Formats: sequence, structure tokens, C-alpha cells
Amino acid sequence: MTVAAMQRPPKVARQSSAEGVRLALSGDWTLVASHRLEEEGRRIVEEARLDRMVAIDLSQVSQLDTAGAWLINRARHDLAGRDVAVTLKDVRPEYSTLLEETHYRDFVAPSRPRFNVIFVLLADFGESIVDALREFYRGVGFLGEFVSSMMYVAANPRRFRLTSLVAQIELVGFRSVPIIVLINILVGGIVAQQGIFQLLKFGASSYSVSLIGILVLRELGVLLTSIMIAGRSGSAITAELGSMKMREEIDALLVMGLSPIEVLIAPRVLGLVISLPILTFIADIAALFGGMVVSWWYGGISPAAFASLLKEAIALHTFLVGIIKAPFMALVIGLIASMDGLATQGSAESLGRQVTSSVVKSIFMVIVMDGLFAVFFAAIDY
Amino acid sequence: MTSSSTPASDAARQRPDRDVIIGVRDLVVGFGDKTIVKGLNLDVYRGEVLGVVGGSGQGKSVLTRTILGLTPARSGSVQVFGQNRDMLSPLERRALEQRWGVLFQNGALFSGLTVKQNIQMPMRETRDLSERLMDELALLKLELVGLSLDAADKFPSELSGGMVKRAALARALALDPELVFLDEPTSGLDPISAAEFDELIGTLQQTLGLTVFMVTHDLDSLYSICDRVAALAEGRVIAAGPLETLLASNHPWLKAYFHGVRGGRLTAARVEQKDEQWKPAPTTP
Repeated sequence: MTVAAMQRPPKVARQSSAEGVRLALSGDWTLVASHRLEEEGRRIVEEARLDRMVAIDLSQVSQLDTAGAWLINRARHDLAGRDVAVTLKDVRPEYSTLLEETHYRDFVAPSRPRFNVIFVLLADFGESIVDALREFYRGVGFLGEFVSSMMYVAANPRRFRLTSLVAQIELVGFRSVPIIVLINILVGGIVAQQGIFQLLKFGASSYSVSLIGILVLRELGVLLTSIMIAGRSGSAITAELGSMKMREEIDALLVMGLSPIEVLIAPRVLGLVISLPILTFIADIAALFGGMVVSWWYGGISPAAFASLLKEAIALHTFLVGIIKAPFMALVIGLIASMDGLATQGSAESLGRQVTSSVVKSIFMVIVMDGLFAVFFAAIDY
Repeated sequence: MTSSSTPASDAARQRPDRDVIIGVRDLVVGFGDKTIVKGLNLDVYRGEVLGVVGGSGQGKSVLTRTILGLTPARSGSVQVFGQNRDMLSPLERRALEQRWGVLFQNGALFSGLTVKQNIQMPMRETRDLSERLMDELALLKLELVGLSLDAADKFPSELSGGMVKRAALARALALDPELVFLDEPTSGLDPISAAEFDELIGTLQQTLGLTVFMVTHDLDSLYSICDRVAALAEGRVIAAGPLETLLASNHPWLKAYFHGVRGGRLTAARVEQKDEQWKPAPTTP
């Protein structure tokens, strides 16, 4: 039985006889015929619009569905509006219920208020500013909630979820090591190559080692790691919390008298705060290694020379400037990711929007924080 | 319209020459080292409402998913509209899939689209229709399933459970399918809404001439709209036929199901209402 192959297209045939005009419909009046069906529905009106009385004969209709019945009814309604009297003839009993159920009605779409485009644009602009401020306000509130729940955990160490924290450290820290090492080796190498290439013009290619050391330790190591983690783990946290919110798992925690911040967010944020400095350290080493390899192979600086030049260029504080920033970056990433996750609404689209916003916001905030730290360290001359 | 609280006439039920719409033969489905469906045979005839009952984990959902082609079978065959899915080209398979509609247990409405857009989705993707007709058809379907028109522009997350089911049914009916799968259509509805939903399915089934494959736990649905009932246990169909036959059966699981504490109360209540053609099996108190 291959019904699809045996499609009979819907047709309208006009026959005039002594009794009056008869429109004989035939074929499958179903949605399968697609726009063909719509055209035939219009043809009923066209064929009959100048007559007084028309009989629509359904005896040859081999199949009828809601769409077909609706179009026939719509045509009848349109004709009635032009003072054409329409009767249906030879309607099979199984079609008559369908035709009854699909009787013509006007669907008055609920009208939506219209606004001026400029008005809408301005309103949108204002709204986004208010939203941004509100977001900041909520962020500060969230930070407070987090800190107070951390204090509570500090006072009651038994409530601390060590297993969950260790799992997070594995997920966020340990599993990120390969990708962090890889990108940092590459970036260290690129900085070295560019440094040597540009400084060669001044005959100062050995200074490239100081460039690598200071740039990597103070800025690049921590920045690249933070951005990577914001993309990799921040998005994961938002998606996880967001889908938990969608499936009412967060509500389930709340009604059990448990705090989602304590149960879900604290281990994740703490996991980040612990992992990020370690990852930054690994990133620093990897970038310096990359720089060393390229300096040797491209700039002819032997590893031993590289090490002694590096030792002159940097001090402990160079390294500390970078590493001090890491936990703050982690805190920002973790809090933004959790907050956006909890702000997810019912739809899948909303989850996608929250994950995007979480990654974009945390990368932006990481860079802003880095700038603030730069100003701060310059001010205290560190 | 005839009241849908009585099943279709007995004459229609006993015609032996009816088209088989779904034919399942020796179906075996399993995951890992667990076999869930073990050599199952089942026929669904054109124009009937088949209720599938069975305990949790007895393979109702797996059977449905296998018929729909969502879960692969280990062996055996499933024929829908006389065609075996596995033998079809992708194009033929798509044509086949447009002839059925599915109501998932939790609605599975697309959460990013409004109700109207959800209903229009299958039309928009597979048919070439004007916006006006699509709007009209979507709203018509919405009325058919008993939703008010202001639900059209709402998102699924703004609907109540019963409204989600109705909207999902409207989407399942969007292309006027010949065959409709309903996965626990009345679960999660209050008894009044559930009864309304049963009636709705009955009405639509008669209006549109649908074949309905319904997985259900709701004894009321079985009584009010199913022409035949298939009972699944241990991965097989242990009994299939009109409800009366199943009620009279001596199979221990069927007895527990229909004459247990909950089923028994309902069965007894229904027996009083119904004609006295068959004697009820003794009910356990």
C-alpha cells in the first residue's frame, strides 16, 4: 500500500445544467497537496462568485482532512458574503462531522499594541541600562550571600562538602591541564618569536627573554588561563545550574531547607578558586618553556643563557603579581556563572542565552579586573 | 456527535477483515545485557483506539519508541502502514513519518516557540502553505483540542500541565495524521481534565477517523475510549482484545490490574453502569 504514490490532486470542475451550477470537487482534499489545495480552495470562490446558486458536489472527493474541510467551509463563507447561495451535495457521512467541526469562524487574533520604532529603541536602550545596573546590584547581593554562606560553613566545618569540592577540582582543574599547557606553550612561543624578531632591529634580541618573563608571569599566564576557564568551566556551571533550575531541582533543594548556594555553588566556586592559581602556575611554566624552545631554535639563545637572562629579568614579585590575581578571577567567573545559571527561565532558548551571557560577561570582567589590578600594582609600585 | 464515553460500536470492533496499520512481529529489543521486549507480536487495526497497559518497566515505552524508530530493535519486524521502516529510503521514511503524530508524555513542545508556532512547525517544514492558512489551521486545531485562542501566543513554560498536553496534541494533529501515538495522555491531569481529555480523543478519533495507539495507566481511559486493550508483561503481549475479554481473563497480572484494590473499585463501579452482557469476575475486596 503506497498511498503517497497514489496521490490524486484536488480538483474543481464547473458544470452548468438545467438545475443550476454545480461545482464537482474531486481528488484528495488533504494537506499533502500543499499549496495546490489552497489554490483549489480559492478556485471554488472564483468559479462561483458570479452565480446565484451553486451546489458543491463532494461525491468524487476521495479523501478529506481538516485543512480541506476548512478551505471548503471558507469558500462557502466567502461566497455567502457575495450573496451566492451554496449547498453541499452528496456529503459522505464521515465527512459531514468533519465539515461541521471545521465550520467557518473568524479568528480574531489578539491585537498587539503598536509602538513607534524610535520609542521602542529608546525604551530598549533605557531598559538595558537599568538591567545592567540591576544585574550589578544582584551580583553584589549574590557575592554577599556567598560570603555569608561561606562564613557559615567555616563555623560549621562538618557541613562542608569535601567530596563535591574534590570532584569540582578534578573537573575544573585537573582536566583542564592539557589544554592550558598546550595554548600556553604556543603563546609563549609566539611572544618569543615576535620579541626576537622585533628587537633584532635594535640589536637587542636578548631582551626578548625579559619580555617573555615579565609579560607571561604578570599578565598572559593568568589572563589566558582565566579566559580558558571562563569558556570551559564557567559555561559548564551555568548550563548545569540552568538545567537544574528548569527541572525544578533547585526548588527541590529550597523546599528541603537546603541552600543552593551552600550545596551547589560553594563547591563549584571554591573549586575554581583553588584550581585557578594552580592552573596559572602551570600556565606560566608552560609559556616560559614555549618561549625557551623558540628562543633557542629561532633566536639562538641556549636554554642555559635563557635561564640566566630570565633570572636577571624577573623577581619573585613578578610571579606573585600574576598569581595573586588568579583567585579573584576565579571568584568572578564562578559567581557570574552561578548567577546566570540560576537566572535561567523555562525555555531551552533561555538556557542558551544565559550560557552565552555568562561566558561573555565573565571574560569581560576578567579583563576589567586585570586592568584594575594593573592600576593598583602601579599605584603601590609593586 | 455520538457520545464518546461509549466505545465504538461492537460491529466495527469485530470486523476481521480490517487493515492492519501497525504490525509487530517477534520483536526483540534490549539494552546492554538486558532484554526488555522478548518476541512481541501485536496488530493495530485501522480506525481503532488501542490501549496498551502494563506494569512499569514491562516495555510499553520501549515498544512505542521502537515502533516510532527511536530505539533500534535487535530482531523482529515492525510494519507501519504496511511498510517496514528499515527497508525504506530516507525520503520514503520521512513521508511515512508525516503520516503519524506523536504526543509525548511530557508534551515535548519546543520551549523556544509559542504554541501557535509549535503547531505550525510541521506544516511549515513539510508543506508549502500561505501564512494565512497556517494561522487559520493552527487556531482551528487549537479550538479542536479545546484551548482558548489566547493560548496561541503563549510559550510552553507559561502553560499549565493540562494545557501543555492539549497543545502537544494539537501539534501531533497538525498534519492530519492517520495514526496517533499517545504516551500516557492523561497522566498528571486531574480527574475532570483527564475525563475531558479522554472525551476529546474520542471525539477527534471519530471526526478525523484516526487510529490511536495509546499507552496508558488510566483505567478510566481504558473503559471510556479504547476499542481494544493490549496488556504487556515480561516483554510480551499477554492478552489483547476488547476490555471485557481482559476483564474475564484469569491471568494473575490482569486480575491484579483490573480487580486489585484500585482497579477493582473502578471495575465494580463500571459494571453497575454497564449492560449485563458479561458477568464480572469476582472482585477482591
